Amino acid sequence: MSANQFKSPVIRWIDHRLPVFSMLHHTAHDYPTPKNLNYMWNFGSLAGLSLAIMIVTGIVLAMSYTAHVDYAFSSVERIMRDVNHGWMIRYIHMNTASFFFIVVYLHMFRGLYYGSYKAPRELLWILGVVIFLLMMATAFMGYVLPWGQMSFWGATVITNLFSAIPYVGESIVTLLWGGFSVDNATLNRFFSLHYLMPFIIAGVVVLHIVALHRFGSNNPIGIDTRGPQDTISFHPYYTIKDVFGIAVFLLLLAVVVFFFPNAMGHPDNYIPANAMQTPAHIVPEWYFLPFYAILRAVPDKLGGVLLMFGAIAVLFILPWLDKSPVRSARFRPLFRIFFWVFFANAIALGYLGGKPAEGIYVILSRVATAWYFIHFLIILPVLGMFETTKPLPKSIAEPVLGGFSSTPEQAYAAPRRS
Amino acid sequence: MVKPDTNKKSASGDAKDPGRRDFIVVATYAMAGLGAAAVAWPLIDQLNPAADTLALANIEVDISKIAVGQSITVKWRGKPVFIRHRTADEIARANATDVADLRDPQVDIARAEKPEYLVLVGVCTHLGCVPLGQKTGEVKGDYDGWFCPCHGSHYDTSGRIRKGPAPTNLEVPPYDFLSDTVIRIG
Amino acid sequence: MLSRIGAVLLFSVLSSPAWGGSGDVALKTRDWSFSGPFGTFDKAAMQRGFQVYNEVCAGCHSMKLIAFRNFADLGYNKSEIKALAAQYEVEDGPNDDGDMFMRPAIPADRMPAPYANDNAARAGNNGALPPDLSLIAKARPNGPNYLYSLLSSYEDAPNGKEVPDGMYYNPAYPGHLIAMPQPLYGDDVEFIDGAATSIEAVSADLTQFLMWAAEPKLEVRKRIGVAAVFFLSIFVIFSYLAKRRIWADVH
Repeated sequence: MSANQFKSPVIRWIDHRLPVFSMLHHTAHDYPTPKNLNYMWNFGSLAGLSLAIMIVTGIVLAMSYTAHVDYAFSSVERIMRDVNHGWMIRYIHMNTASFFFIVVYLHMFRGLYYGSYKAPRELLWILGVVIFLLMMATAFMGYVLPWGQMSFWGATVITNLFSAIPYVGESIVTLLWGGFSVDNATLNRFFSLHYLMPFIIAGVVVLHIVALHRFGSNNPIGIDTRGPQDTISFHPYYTIKDVFGIAVFLLLLAVVVFFFPNAMGHPDNYIPANAMQTPAHIVPEWYFLPFYAILRAVPDKLGGVLLMFGAIAVLFILPWLDKSPVRSARFRPLFRIFFWVFFANAIALGYLGGKPAEGIYVILSRVATAWYFIHFLIILPVLGMFETTKPLPKSIAEPVLGGFSSTPEQAYAAPRRS
Repeated sequence: MVKPDTNKKSASGDAKDPGRRDFIVVATYAMAGLGAAAVAWPLIDQLNPAADTLALANIEVDISKIAVGQSITVKWRGKPVFIRHRTADEIARANATDVADLRDPQVDIARAEKPEYLVLVGVCTHLGCVPLGQKTGEVKGDYDGWFCPCHGSHYDTSGRIRKGPAPTNLEVPPYDFLSDTVIRIG
Repeated sequence: MLSRIGAVLLFSVLSSPAWGGSGDVALKTRDWSFSGPFGTFDKAAMQRGFQVYNEVCAGCHSMKLIAFRNFADLGYNKSEIKALAAQYEVEDGPNDDGDMFMRPAIPADRMPAPYANDNAARAGNNGALPPDLSLIAKARPNGPNYLYSLLSSYEDAPNGKEVPDGMYYNPAYPGHLIAMPQPLYGDDVEFIDGAATSIEAVSADLTQFLMWAAEPKLEVRKRIGVAAVFFLSIFVIFSYLAKRRIWADVH
């Protein structure tokens, strides 16, 4: 990419010495993108926007927040009442966290459906799972900061997960707390880390994009692009499509922020933290509910914790569990069914995570938890071996079904029994 | 096979920025800019003093209990304010000073609404230290007013700079007498 | 498909119990002036509600987050607020002798609490802590309807229901046994504007006041919200049309 493409001599001069404009041009302008991406491909840019909103509003909130057990709650209320537009900034921060997770979950389900984690994009997927893990840690610590009842008891319950580790569990929990219970030391370190981690996430996002641009986006058909007839430049086609996606996202966000700002929160968090009294029914934020359900499904403490972390760990090895050479579910009739079953199962886990751990809910949680792992550990490997896939089109530009055998993809499309 | 093709002849190649000058496209980008600007304002405005800070922007002080020759210090907007009930002698000396000799020429009558009460922001105009002279026994400087220990500025009984590095007189904050005994500062 | 998935996810979230009402209790509902996208507070009702709080609740319940200056939202002017604040004594100090002292409140002060601390409050109330009311309307599921129901639903326990000493029966309260004695009976206060003083009317006025206390920025929030949603709706339409225009040449 030469610097000569820029009209402005100033930009040309800078770019010759510091090729940032070429890089930007390459990443967000010329970048050849499959022309058949559907709207499920909008969630990557929306996740990036969410991260940006969180960082900007978070930096602003930190200017008025006090990380001390005696002042945290009232400093948040001061933001809500006295700081100019503070209520808006906090409600945006609170609700964008939820929207961030909605967007990321949809982004992940899209990857699952269209096989975006398969070779050569395994590292791209793994970096995504790393981002997801970091997001969960950041969100958890952020929820502690207002120092309401749910903050306090959420922190207590989640940090106590580590006490399940044999021999060293108790010491680890004491280390995490910096004391003998969740207290001022805990709040301070959580604030420090909550401020730090978004920037780590941003760093991993850069790697995620670098990995993405190595082979380009996957697409709904799941076959590789074969030349210029299959691609269009990112700008203006996908920039405007992303702008449209952002507009819809912001509209929904505005509806929630301005008219239902507390719908995704918990009323108990408007009660100051009280170490002497646990709320009657404690639940984590909604986006943790599926994992919370898995945790509670197991009667054994260590088993529950292991299974919960296993639910995320299994995502790391997903590219090697699903051996089917066909990426897109469009050409995998059985996988497609199992995908929707898995999706429904994930929703069910989320629902069960919010229910009290008693009676039928416990049994259903166990079934759903078992299915979660069966899907990854049994269904996917087996489908890869035995599923009869539909014939793949020749290319994106010519979505015509060819006969078997002529091209490498079509050879792949036949079930491989080895 | 998997290598992305960077051939410039991809769909946008020839029709450079299609529709770029189109009204609807320009309007969309204009709206995006407008929206971003609208969001920027709350983020900037939150830096301004909050409502609880502004609520203390003016304070009321009961001055009836200050004996002649005594001073009190009150906190106003995070800074000390000196309120001195001056003696007749101090007032006389403040008025006797030749204004032409002063670095920052000001008559005493312009600095005290009621001559008995002198209200000053107790911050040295040199580099922001708090001058001495409020309490009995403190150094009051060569002119019997206030003395800044940091760099040796001397203020007279009207709080005017007489000697030392400070460029201007001690500031008189805005204040009103709500009654004979209560002033509102700010 | 995107909207379908979004809808499913959102509904599953919003219908989970954490966001529902308080379990087995059917709450009385009311058309609140502050609900809906154009909702506003009823200033007269808030003033009456404040009077009820003052005369009935303030003996036990603090409102520590509310400053006297905030009452401008209720429609009081500066001098009224100053006079109102001056009726309260707040602790200040230490003075030059090192002692704390009481002085009349100024508008910048927050409302003084009836008890010095939580333990004193418990000691004065049979061991039960009367919660601070500043945020109560947001700290309970379905806050306004819950408060309204709670205040107006005290009744005799049904036959067979054991009510321990120091507890009272209230079907709107989760578990039905509440440590707070019935605070309102109707005709508890006399309003200068001659408004109704039935138990429902007084409960509603108090609820209106408490909702304002919990969410004082509600009106400006909804006002900005309407403008933001209007602007973004147009932005959605324009960006969609622009997207269509730009994509017209892609086959």
